[in-house]
Amino acid sequence: MKTPLSSTTLLRPRTLSEALAMLRDEGPLTPVAGCTDLYVGFQFGTVDARRFLDLWPLDELRGVQHDVRTLRIGALTTFADIIASPAARRLVPMLVAASREIGGKQIQNRGTIGGNIANASPAGDSLPVLAAADAILELRSAAGTRRVPFNEFYTGYRTSVRRADELIASVEIPPIQGTQWWRKVGTRRAQAISKTMLAAVRPVSSRGRVARGTWRIAIGSVAPTVLRLRHTEAVLDAGASIDDACQALVSEIAPIDDVRSTKEYRTAVSANLLRRFWTETA
Amino acid sequence: MISCTINGKKHQLGAHPMRRLLDVLREDCQLTGTKEGCGEGECGACTVLVDGVPVNSCLVPVAHVDGTTVMTIEGVHSEPLQEAFVVHGGAQCGICTPGMIMAALNIRRGASLPEVKDALAGNLCRCTGYEAIFKSVLAAKR
Repeated sequence: MKTPLSSTTLLRPRTLSEALAMLRDEGPLTPVAGCTDLYVGFQFGTVDARRFLDLWPLDELRGVQHDVRTLRIGALTTFADIIASPAARRLVPMLVAASREIGGKQIQNRGTIGGNIANASPAGDSLPVLAAADAILELRSAAGTRRVPFNEFYTGYRTSVRRADELIASVEIPPIQGTQWWRKVGTRRAQAISKTMLAAVRPVSSRGRVARGTWRIAIGSVAPTVLRLRHTEAVLDAGASIDDACQALVSEIAPIDDVRSTKEYRTAVSANLLRRFWTETA
Repeated sequence: MISCTINGKKHQLGAHPMRRLLDVLREDCQLTGTKEGCGEGECGACTVLVDGVPVNSCLVPVAHVDGTTVMTIEGVHSEPLQEAFVVHGGAQCGICTPGMIMAALNIRRGASLPEVKDALAGNLCRCTGYEAIFKSVLAAKR
């Protein structure tokens, strides 16, 4: 362990309002929940922060709620909770599919959706799903609440519009029309961080009627942030071929060579994923 | 002070709240059956149950077990899984075994091979004895 844990401080609020007051008055503080990313950072000595705000006991931020078609997921909801939620399975099966491939069971039992978002890794497994779902984030501070579209949340590599005094309180997923699809490509199905991954929605057309919804394509691990591929979507909405759509996808992504993969592999496989989505949802 | 029940016994832990549950179990409670493999949540060797749920104790600050019930491999007695690991050669070098057993405890009776593989996806065996491990778990959960 490269980071001496004795050099760290953990503040332990008992309520959400106490947590928000601590963020305002005693900052800078790094909010933590399941800690599955944090302790990996401690192990490698890559965490600069030393003062942490423990959200884990705040049950008011936990759980999946829904009305007829809108899902509201508390930031502290674990991936195991999402997998177990009948409403999540029914309304956002692509999120359940992504949750099942995050780490192994032990990670799914601790890792939270809010943590996955706040950690802001371009390889966060739930992020392409939230981008494709046009999710809305509820950010809370002692000063009030604001709602930010997930697709406007990240500003660059591991940066976001979240202010230091704000917490991600919940994620809202509006109704999704169409067929959902999700696929992650890594070295191994469990535990591996992805080389590329695609979440997508295909509009439904039946009996010659006009299709409901539009194409939605989101991709992870191939740019500094998760990406919504607006140009590729426009190409598909215009009725162009899958070859043209794959070309559009390649023009929109910015993959790099790193420890997990190469630019070349990521480019080829990302286009393959789009083709596979196209074929499997036809 | 952190209060919790470990293997049925009440404990008051005076540890720094950010210390890893793994280290507190091994160093303060002398429960060295829980192993450290990778220390980064990849291998599952340090798996314990917190309120009945498997977690990687290398990624859990000890503060998070305040008010909970923790179970380590030392708290597992007369468990068919242990017998099955012996009979079917589920342990080679043995380092992954406590974590494998802890992760397998919650597998339902009559589970299929894919279910067993899913439950143990977060546990690595560097002797690559997976076939024997799966066979052991399937036998115990028959």
